[in-house]
Amino acid sequence: MADPMKIRATLVGDSTEVRVLMSHEMETGQRKDAAGKTVPAWFIQSVTATHNGKTVLSAQWGPAVAKNPFLSFKFKGGAKGDKVQITWTDNRGEKRTDEATIG
Amino acid sequence: MITMLRAALAATAVALGGMLASPATYAQAGSAADEIEKYRQALQDGNPAELWEARGEDLWKKPGGPKNASLERCDLGRGPGVVKGAYAELPKFFADAGRVMDLETRLVWCRVNLQGMTEADARRSPFGSPERKSDNEALTAWITSESKGVAMAVSLDHPKMREAYDVGRAIFFFRGGPHDFACSTCHSEDGKRIRLQDLPNLTVKSGAQRGYTTWPAYRVSQGELRTFQWRLNDCFRQQRFPEIEFGSPASIALTTFLAYNANGAPFAAPAIKR
Amino acid sequence: MDAGRRKALKTGGGVTLATLLAAAGWLEPGSAHAQAGGWNKAAFDAKTLDEAVKAMGGGAATPSNAITFVSTPDIAENGAVVPIGVLSSIPNTRSIAILIEKNPSLLAASFDIPPGTEAVVSTRVKMGQSSMVYALVNADGKVHVASKEVKVTLGGCGG
Ligand code: HEC
Repeated sequence: MADPMKIRATLVGDSTEVRVLMSHEMETGQRKDAAGKTVPAWFIQSVTATHNGKTVLSAQWGPAVAKNPFLSFKFKGGAKGDKVQITWTDNRGEKRTDEATIG
Repeated sequence: MITMLRAALAATAVALGGMLASPATYAQAGSAADEIEKYRQALQDGNPAELWEARGEDLWKKPGGPKNASLERCDLGRGPGVVKGAYAELPKFFADAGRVMDLETRLVWCRVNLQGMTEADARRSPFGSPERKSDNEALTAWITSESKGVAMAVSLDHPKMREAYDVGRAIFFFRGGPHDFACSTCHSEDGKRIRLQDLPNLTVKSGAQRGYTTWPAYRVSQGELRTFQWRLNDCFRQQRFPEIEFGSPASIALTTFLAYNANGAPFAAPAIKR
Repeated sequence: MDAGRRKALKTGGGVTLATLLAAAGWLEPGSAHAQAGGWNKAAFDAKTLDEAVKAMGGGAATPSNAITFVSTPDIAENGAVVPIGVLSSIPNTRSIAILIEKNPSLLAASFDIPPGTEAVVSTRVKMGQSSMVYALVNADGKVHVASKEVKVTLGGCGG
């Protein structure tokens, strides 16, 4: 039950700039808790962005991506009012998809 | 002890030396500070505090509590449901409650009176952790974000506000504890630093404005959003004082003192800080 | 800069990084993602450049000044969040990867750039200490590399 992403998609000239914030702990698997027990790794492994059903970015991440991850990228061919969809999947198999309208 | 502290506080250059992985590379403190500034700038675009703001807006609008009511009728001082610009005028005297309240105290009041929560439930977990997220922090993040760019305008016209300000001022300058510290020990001179951290002079306009208007903030070091309340608690800890009680009269008074001193400055939070 | 840094740069621009990526199957655009489930464990498990050399396969990565770091500071106040942006002006850039030399696992993130997407990505990574950061770009089957040193100061005081 991860919190929703915060996605901004803005048309600048002929290019759509997408900025995403994701709510995720991104545990490295190296940290110890107060009791000295290793906190298991828990992180987003893959991210896919689509526009009109076409993949515009796909990424693979390791635990070195910072907590509450930020991602930005740009693609051509978007128009105002189109939807951009982002999906992440973490190493526990949890998944989250959110979308934003290009403005 | 005091001498040690003075030495630690005064010495910008010394402090810098201890901080950098390889100080020799950065002969000039200035260039390191410039680079840190670039780092801070780079973080501005995409502040994870927005994740808290989104959750807070949802909490505000969603029916909740035993009465299954939303907070949308909550009066933050500008009338029921008015959120825009409300934080810039807080703390404020609320006639319905008969006392001065800061934002978080008011939220507790609304959750009790509108949503039917018990006082204890409404006050629970004012500060969140990865394991337990705090509704208070999320609501505070959203409400404060609705004052972004609005000039701070706290009024002392009501006698109870004037009184709160005076009490807050007295607390700020009150020395005590094992180190004989007051807030003013660390925060009433210009250009003081602990390591790379500038200690704002909260007794002058510019310092008070910067120190107040940039909270709440997403703390990079903690990966959490922290409220001004949290900042105060942490400074009480630095001062080796007992923790200040959430929503206590002392806490509201100190907040009133600091908020009023920030008057005129555009509110600029939720921010992002180291 | 000092000799240590030059050496680090050389290592970074040399065979070893290409090796890491070759071993990781990253040289072929899309192949990393072709696996079911998508996550390329081998690539993220590589702990040292040497380890990768042993697993060796491919050619050398060419240092390129057509790859630039954008909004990437020289000094990060806190290693928990270090902004890294990579812009490639190499034609037909198909993937971009970010590697941190001194991290326990070198590879932090890799991005596939389909046609129509601009070859510029930004994210934020964790760095345990000051380190060289590498940006690897795959374009037309060739691997290019740029590097930048990022110093990390840990804000040790005041919660
Ligand atoms: C021992 C020194 C010390 C004392 C005493 C102290 N503080 Fe602080 N204060 C700090 C440090 C260190 C910071 C953090 C600076 C940073 O992280 O950039 C800070 C930060 C702050 C800030 C936020 C400033 C900003 O720009 O973010 C406020 C507001 C503040 N203190 C108020 C107080 C109040 C009120 C008191 C008295 C209850 C107090 N402080 C007592 C050391 C102290």
